[in-house]
Formats: sequence, C-alpha cells, structure tokens
Amino acid sequence: MTLRVLAAMSGGVDSAVAAARAAEAGHEVTGVHLALSKNPKSYRTGARGCCTVEDSRDARRAADVIGIPFYVWDMAEEFDRDVVQDFVAEYAAGRTPNPCLRCNEKIKFEAVLDRAVALGFDAVCTGHHVRKAGGRLVRSVDEGKDQSYVLGVLTREQLEHAMFPLGDCTKEEVRAEAARRGLAVADKPDSHDICFIADGDTAGFLNDRLGGSPGPIKDESGNVVGEHQGAHAFTVGQRKGLDLGGAPERRYVLSIEPVENTVTVGPRSSLRVAAIRGDRPVWSGRAALSPEEGELACTVQLRAHGEVYGCTVRAHEGGLRIVLDEPAAGVAPGQTAVLYDGAAVLGSATIGATEAAPSPATAG
Amino acid sequence: MVYLDHAATTAVRPEALAAMTEEYGRLGNASALHGAGRAARRAVEEAREDIAGALGASPNEVVFTAGGTEADNLAVKGLYWARSAADPRRRRVLVSAVEHHAVLDPAHWLGGRQGAVVEELPVDGRGAVRPEDLRAAIARDPGDVALVSVMWANNEVGTVQPVAELAEAAAEFGVPMHTDAVQAVGALEVDFSAHAGLAALTASAHKIGGPVGAGALLLARGVDPEPVLHGGGQERDVRSGTLAAPLLRGFAEAARLAAAERDEHAGRLARLRDELVRTVHKAVPDAVLNGDPRDRLPGNAHFSFPGCEGDALLMLLDAQGIACSTGSACTAGVARPSHVLLAMGADTDTALGSLRFSLGRGSTEADVEALGAAIGPAVERARAARGKRRR
Repeated sequence: MTLRVLAAMSGGVDSAVAAARAAEAGHEVTGVHLALSKNPKSYRTGARGCCTVEDSRDARRAADVIGIPFYVWDMAEEFDRDVVQDFVAEYAAGRTPNPCLRCNEKIKFEAVLDRAVALGFDAVCTGHHVRKAGGRLVRSVDEGKDQSYVLGVLTREQLEHAMFPLGDCTKEEVRAEAARRGLAVADKPDSHDICFIADGDTAGFLNDRLGGSPGPIKDESGNVVGEHQGAHAFTVGQRKGLDLGGAPERRYVLSIEPVENTVTVGPRSSLRVAAIRGDRPVWSGRAALSPEEGELACTVQLRAHGEVYGCTVRAHEGGLRIVLDEPAAGVAPGQTAVLYDGAAVLGSATIGATEAAPSPATAG
Repeated sequence: MVYLDHAATTAVRPEALAAMTEEYGRLGNASALHGAGRAARRAVEEAREDIAGALGASPNEVVFTAGGTEADNLAVKGLYWARSAADPRRRRVLVSAVEHHAVLDPAHWLGGRQGAVVEELPVDGRGAVRPEDLRAAIARDPGDVALVSVMWANNEVGTVQPVAELAEAAAEFGVPMHTDAVQAVGALEVDFSAHAGLAALTASAHKIGGPVGAGALLLARGVDPEPVLHGGGQERDVRSGTLAAPLLRGFAEAARLAAAERDEHAGRLARLRDELVRTVHKAVPDAVLNGDPRDRLPGNAHFSFPGCEGDALLMLLDAQGIACSTGSACTAGVARPSHVLLAMGADTDTALGSLRFSLGRGSTEADVEALGAAIGPAVERARAARGKRRR
C-alpha cells in the first residue's frame, strides 16, 4: 500500500537513509526539516546537532538526491515550550528530564504528526534505530544504537502513524548505504548530548535560566557537609562536582530537595533502589495493566543506554509500582521507566519516587 | 506544472536565448583592444543602447551589474558614501518600509556600520508611501539627507508607488532618489527621463525574460556613487568586472521586446489576474486581496487566507503541481512574517497566512482554473492543520 509519508529529516545520516528507504518502498515521501530554534545560530553550532543552517542544507541536499519534495517546518515555539522550558522546569523541581524523549513525545509524534495528518499524510517517518512489529515498538537489531527507550513514551495511536525503516540494520550498514546512495551525510558525525545546549554545559545553561542560589549539601543524617551553588546542577547518582574536601569515602548525590534547596549525599550503597513509583503510565505494547490484574513480570530500562532489570509491576490508581528483581543504582526521578517484554516495548511511566534498598551491611 | 511564480523568475524568451547562444559562440573580452575585443564591445554597447531605449534613458546612463541586488547595493551604499563624503552632515537614508531586502539590508548595514541614520517611511494599508510623508521627512532637515530609495512597484503585494510625486518631492529639495524598478519593467511604463528627481533606477534581466545574472543601475548625469566593486573600472569606474556580453545581449533582447509588447502584455495579464482574483474569492470567500485593488502590478495577486499558514498552503499546492510563493524565509528555510505586510498593518498570523500568485508570459486560463480547483480544499486542510497547533 502506498502511503503518504512525511519524513522528518534532521540533516543527519539516519533520517536521510530512512527517507530514502521509505521512498524506495514505493511510498509518496515528502521531506521536512524541523526548525527548532527561532535563531538557528543560538543553539549548537557545527554539524553535530539538530538545528543549524548547515543541517537544514544537508537535509535539503539529501532530499534532492533522493528526489523528494522538501520543506522546512517551523516548530521553534512548540520546541521551546514543550522541550526547553519543560527541561528547565523539571530541573528546577529537582528531577532529571530526558529532553530527547520529550521531543519525540511532544514534537515529532505530536505537533508534527498532528499537523501532518491534518495536511493529508498517513505516517511520520524518522531515522530512529527501532523496529515496529505487530503494532509494538521493538528494539533495533543494533543494540548499541537502539533508541526504543527514547520512543518508549509513544502511545499506540502515535505508533500507528510512525514509520521506522532503520531498525533492521546496524549504524555501520546505514552509513554504508548512505554512501552507496550518494548521500553526502554518510560521514557526518553522530549527534549526541542535548541539541539546544550549544556548548554541552548543562549546568551553565540551567544557571543562566534558574540562577544559582547557594544551599547546603547534607549527609543522610542531616549534617551539613558542604555547600552547592544551585541544586539544579545535580543529578541523582552524580559524584563529580561535589567538592566535599577530605571526605572519608566517595559520596554520591542521593536526592535533591528544590524547595529547601538541599542536596543530600551518601555512599554508593545508599543509591541502591529496590522499587520505583511510575507516574502517568502509557501502554503501547499491551492493554493497560489494571489493579485487578495483579503482578506483571517483565523487564525495565531506567535511562537511555542503561541496564535492563527484571521486575514485577503492579498498577494502582494513578500509577505503577515497579519492584526490581535486584537493586539498581542512580535512578533519577524525572527519567522514564520503559517496560519491555523481551525486545518489545510494553509501555512506560515517569519515575516519580524511589524506595531505597536495604544496604548490604544492614541487610546481611 | 502550473507556474504562478513569475515574479520570482520567468522563462527566458527564445529570442534572448538565441542572442545569448550566438554570443557565447564568440570569443572576446569587451575591454580588449583587438578585433575580437571590439566585436564583444560592440555587442555590449548595442545592448546598452537597447536597454537605455527600453527604459527611457540615454546609453551613458546605463551601468551594467550582475543583477538587481548588486544594482540596489550600488545605489544605496554608493550614493550614501559619495553624498556623505561631499558633505559629512548627510547621514539620513530614507527608504520605504516595504523595500526589497536588497535595499533595506544595505541601508540598515550603513546604519549599523557606517554612521547612517536610517528612516523607514511608513506605508498606508495598501502598501503605498504617501508623498507628503516623504516631503515632511526631507523637510525636517533637507541638508542632512543622503538619499531616498522607494521602489517603483512592490514585489510582494504588487502595489505601485506614486513614483512621479515622490521623485518630485525629492527634486524639490535636491535630494537624489533611487527606485528599484525590478518588478515594474515590462509591466508598467518605466521612463527614467520623465522624472527629474530620479537619480538612479534598478532593473533586472531575469524578471522580463532575460538571463539570471544580469542587471543594470541607471544613473542620471552627474550622479556618481562610490563603487562597491573595485577593479578594472569597466563601467564608468563605478563598477568593475568583465562585462558579460552574452548575458547583456539576452538582457537587451528581453528589454526591447518587453517595451515593444508592454501594453498588450500588461493588458492580458491584468485580465487574467482579475479572473484569478475572482476564482480564488469564489473558492475561498474570506480570502483577502492585499495591496492596492487597482493600482497594482498586472500579474500580481496576493492574498491572506485567514486561519491558514502560508507554508502549509504552499506545500499542498506544490503537491498538486502548482507553484506560488509565501514571501520571505530565513537562511535555514523558516517562513518569516513578511515585513511588507507587517508595515501595511497586518498582524503576524495574517502575514504568515499569505500567498503570492504572479502571472507572466505563458500563463493561461487553464492555470487559473487549476488554482481554482485546488485552492478550496487546500485552504480547508491548512485550516485544520492550523487548528492543531497550540500557539
């Protein structure tokens, strides 16, 4: 069946090859580059990110080579509101957001998809390394490049309109195919980090927007052990940048209390999390888990490129309780817990609160 | 293809192509002193005479450039530099708020980097400058005005400016006025010699069926801008660079034909344009025709479509093989609200929800019918898409 497909083209190699494959499969493909910054020079410079003039040109040139129409869509206002401001607000609330995930959820598969469907398109195609099988989102065959985690928030309806042509091959194969197709972006470096933080200095970016207000660093007993210059510079599990002088053992950020502007630190053993409260669950790979259903045994991934844990999940009103088979370290509220059945995504929930595992010493 | 973007560029006329092809087959630099050079020089000078004749100028008032943008830059920067060098008090640059960026940007560059004081003359709701506004602006201090630049006809909304009255106002105070006539040539009577106050006029080849890459700045006698391009001084020492004899022959052929056929051509375009306006209104009753309803370029129809985004409409029409234009976009390709519509008092949404359809040689009733069939459903879709956006 020929579909009318809108290919989101970042100017990178993956989305270019994805668009080419969709066109080759016989679909009627239109390339669209998303302009995410009102002032393209204010975000990342160089060809690593997603919103520069060079990227727009690279995307246009790739569309020329593929032989599809190409346009630029201005999504700067939505991006600023739903991704950048959300990112800042989450940090201000002591949580650790994942802006790539938010961008997929709110921009690519909401603002762009809605506009595309209204304009007569059937699907949005991206260069994410994931597969779709039986309506479910499935990990890429290239496990190192798998992006199912950052798409784990999509609903079943969003997935129905999504096309992911790259999930059955490795990144190296994508690059080779780009070269074979004459796409000049074949050698372009991968994008990484956060596209709207030009220099990679997240703490500086947040400081500019939230201001640095000094506050105490306390240990688990409430003793002040140091001072920080702004609680938003920290993430649960972080060790670097604490500067606690001659502490007897390495200490890690255990929690962030934005209202009291307090950062609590402790030994690595205190980072161990046994259970997670999952807020706002989304089920795309199975029917919604109901409280009556009892326990669901599956696996869970707690951050991008993070480890996978066995777990049992129960639903209660308003959320999930995810009990891990073995303790996980450095679980940050604000990140997303993505639940898997093997390689297939079942659903996801935002990590609301965590329950510490008994420390090995006391548990013994 | 239904091509409704002739104001962006129009097809090269076969006569121009033939002249260019012939000239490309010949060897010679018009500045060289030998026989081959003299032949090229002769081709260039004949082109100059033809273009001067078509624009009501004398041949020695024609300075060839690589296009309209270069001519505008030479006029604005060159006149500013020359006038302010002669009298350092002359710092004011008066430009209309609806100029092409090829005039606005050099003016604001002079403001930012060269000490100029740029004043944008307001326009009325139809996009026209009021001559009394220009007169009042100059009269505030006639001694400090470096130059005035107001286009002959607007490239976006098609409004024809009261050039005669504006030139008269400038002449009263002895201030040089430049006009960008890129869209006017071939569509309106453009007679450089008929307006005493006109010091400089920009024309471009590819808007009238000549090649891209050729243009001219007409400079009245005694008007000597400082050069922008320095080098061999080929054009009166005001502009350097080897003259492109083939392009200039193509330009001349197009200009000659445009002048000879103007009345008939403009009449035909205006009738077809009126039909296009009726057709669009029939399909989309609340579409708003921008610009002056009568005093406008004969091939121009510019509409705002309430509740639509122009880039969505353009894409939907493009998918049907209909080519039109939304106005300006930034270097990354993002649609920007037109400064012209904003200056005319439109709000940002209206400015972003607009399309220009421009007719030219080769436009037919079938083109208008195809637009009539496509525009209604396209507007409906674009409205639905706009409704989805939370902004």
